[in-house]
Amino acid sequence: MTVTTPEQAPVAEVPKEGATRLVDRVFKMRELAILIVFLVMIAVTQAGNSEFLTEQGIKDLLLNATILVLVAVGQSLVVITRNVDLSVGSTLGITAFAAGTYLQGGGDPVVAVVLAVLLGVGFGLLNGLLVSLGQVPALVVTLGTLYIIRGIDSIWVGSRQITAADLPDGFVDFGSGGVSAVPYLALIALAVLVATAYYLKHYGSGRELYALGSNPEAARLAGIPVRKRILAAYTFCGAVTGLAGAMYLARFGNVDSGTGSGYELTVVSAVVVGGVVFTGGSGSVYGAALGAMLLTSINSVLPALGVSSVWVLAINGILLILAIAVDRIVALRVASALKKRNARHA
Amino acid sequence: MTHPSTTGPAPVLALRDVSKSFGAVRALRDVSLELFPGEVHALAGENGAGKSTLIKTLAGVHRPDSGQVLLDGAPVAFHGPGDARDAGIAVIYQEPTLFPDLSIAENIFMGRRPRRSLGRIDHKATHAATLALMRRLDVQLDPDRPARGLSIADQQIVEIAKALSFDARVLIMDEPTAALTGSEVARLFNVVRTLREQGAAVLFISHRLEEIFQICERVTTLRDGAWIASEPLAGMTEDDLVRRMVGRDLDELYPKQDVVPGEVALSVRRLTREGVFTDVSFEVRRGEIVGLAGLVGAGRTEVARAVFGVDRWDAGEVSVGGKALVNGAPSTAMAAGLALVPEDRRAQGLVMDMSIERNIGLTGLRTTVKAGLMDRGAERSRSLDWAVKLQVKYARIADAVSTLSGGNQQKVVLAKWLATRPDVLIVDEPTRGIDVGTKAEVHRLLSELAADGVAVLMISSDLPEVLGMADRVLVMHEGRLTAEIPRSEATEETVMAAATGRAAA
Ligand SMILES: Nc1ncnc2c1ncn2[C@@H]1O[C@H](COP(=O)(O)OP(=O)(O)O)[C@@H](O)[C@H]1O
Ligand SMILES: [Mg+2]
Repeated sequence: MTVTTPEQAPVAEVPKEGATRLVDRVFKMRELAILIVFLVMIAVTQAGNSEFLTEQGIKDLLLNATILVLVAVGQSLVVITRNVDLSVGSTLGITAFAAGTYLQGGGDPVVAVVLAVLLGVGFGLLNGLLVSLGQVPALVVTLGTLYIIRGIDSIWVGSRQITAADLPDGFVDFGSGGVSAVPYLALIALAVLVATAYYLKHYGSGRELYALGSNPEAARLAGIPVRKRILAAYTFCGAVTGLAGAMYLARFGNVDSGTGSGYELTVVSAVVVGGVVFTGGSGSVYGAALGAMLLTSINSVLPALGVSSVWVLAINGILLILAIAVDRIVALRVASALKKRNARHA
Repeated sequence: MTHPSTTGPAPVLALRDVSKSFGAVRALRDVSLELFPGEVHALAGENGAGKSTLIKTLAGVHRPDSGQVLLDGAPVAFHGPGDARDAGIAVIYQEPTLFPDLSIAENIFMGRRPRRSLGRIDHKATHAATLALMRRLDVQLDPDRPARGLSIADQQIVEIAKALSFDARVLIMDEPTAALTGSEVARLFNVVRTLREQGAAVLFISHRLEEIFQICERVTTLRDGAWIASEPLAGMTEDDLVRRMVGRDLDELYPKQDVVPGEVALSVRRLTREGVFTDVSFEVRRGEIVGLAGLVGAGRTEVARAVFGVDRWDAGEVSVGGKALVNGAPSTAMAAGLALVPEDRRAQGLVMDMSIERNIGLTGLRTTVKAGLMDRGAERSRSLDWAVKLQVKYARIADAVSTLSGGNQQKVVLAKWLATRPDVLIVDEPTRGIDVGTKAEVHRLLSELAADGVAVLMISSDLPEVLGMADRVLVMHEGRLTAEIPRSEATEETVMAAATGRAAA
């Protein structure tokens, strides 16, 4: 119990408890740890291969990470609410193809991007409605929509393919261009990232996403519109996935009916490696973005070091399990530290 | 059964002929209640009487099947807890409803945070407002600390702060004092009195009857979902109130049978866990009920956990039936015939979403598993057996434990452990937060077990319970055993003296 005895004068300011500082530090540390792993990995690679960090090298690194970062940010919001969206790979594929088809017919690039985003919003709404209205776990619902969207995509696209040659030059140039080493696409992703992080921290509805992931029943009793918030999280996830689809088209110029399949697993890995807890209520989009950076750069690091890329998947898996193990251990440590605090106050 | 004269102020909040059913369970039947400004109103009833359901109806969590909720005399339909809150109704629910990942300040102001420009949260103002609330409650809790890991009492304090954080016209409290110490209860009551003077209506539920008489002016009694009476408390006695609640005269609350203690069943020698408890030695004999008293935080629960093997000890030894137990191994303790009914039944004793049947069955998996497969039939009959023996009130044995009332949940925990047929039973706060009727049943059960030769170690902060039930009272103070008092010499004074460290060494 943390109760003052009556003879103690009430203090003006409660000194920050050690426990709070500890918890703060741990969570900052979680993101810091990924950043350090990331930087060490880059440094080691650069030491082993001085060609790695040329201007083009950095640009490639950023370009590769951009799309995953974007989808990971959307996914984080959903995971924070104790849900998951497995349909992001399918959504990415279908929105990229839709934007491509429109551009192929001579459409305006800006309208194409808006189209991709709106299509993403549509699928996000569908997921959100199914999850928040039906009493079915998100894992199952979005596994279903994963197949449904992919199915629609396959029927619609068939064996057709869009290539860079079919697209306006300006669109393709934008996809590979940038301000010196920083691609335009990376700047867009960064803007989305920063805005989302700011929203989560400074807006009531953002905090409510954490609240309802932390304790859904309490969220209901606190009068939080649980369904509305879940719907919003899925819609946002769909929207940024649509944006990512358009960016995929700009970056690669090459889309077919298989685009984005299996992508959901990479996204979920990035989010979890980045410290967004799968059981909801905690984690940050910055962490998720760092997780995405880490996972994609492994793809570039291994070839640069002369290691066969067959190792990539295994290493991703190890990172994932490591991240979960670390989270678990840290959580236990923090819990016992907080308990000890209580005991000492007693 | 008189209502106050109708010339007074109109009720701020009222229920008129409200009924609410959950499947076959009729939780409320034509219940009416009126809350007036400036009154503290008690809601009394045994576990399962429908008190929490009534409160949730007032709070907009449940919609009545029939009947009306009236706000300032006009019927309202709350579409959710948010509506009720916006109408000025603050509720402290029986179960703490905190967000473990969020800070205390965020927990308190969730949904109603101070804003600054562009609709952003004003973190500074939230922090300051939280500090102000903490000062008003005279507690020291860091507003930025996450709610995870708070003790039950601290969680309850955050709940109270949450309810006070807006100028409520109606404050509803569902057993807010169950986990609080005397001084914290006194502080809460001061706050309640202040609110009353400001003209708020307060609805108060507690199983501690003396608290009801201390703070409330009127009482409404429910029994099995039905309205029994609404009346002034002045002139009533505790016995009158109990009679209303249970509908009969209460059998003796402490039905202790006299027994001749048998051989030593549990022996604890010089047990030490660094920084938690030191040099604790005692014995419990077959047929004995030994009370373990002390202030909250004296280390009683920790001793029980170490004895059972949930926590490791650093020095000493524990033996059951003459056989030494392995340090930190609950399974060997269970095999030796030891059972522990923990303090926090929600977190440690029960799997809330699992059925009654399976919860009771959990401890018997060894006996009900055949060739690696569960024998569901055996599990069901074993569970039914114990549920009936303990008179658990439920609709179906396959229902989730979370649908039961607190006292019945406690009975399920007891059933789960009694089903292992232990030689030594350790119960930690066995009757916390349960009503008098169920309390008497639990006491009778413990007494019968002891008479059958079980050695019972009962940790309890309820002094009358310890004095009424224990053959011997052990008292702990700051991690040490400070006294061992035989039944004949145990009084409130002797026990409290040892518990506060004032006993002559
Ligand atoms: N959500 C629910 N689902 C099913 N049964 C419930 C639910 N809530 C309460 N009950 C049942 O309604 C009855 C009244 O419960 P409750 O209002 O919690 O009683 P009290 O608070 O007086 O102990 C009990 O029989 C309980 O099992
Ligand atoms: Mg209740």
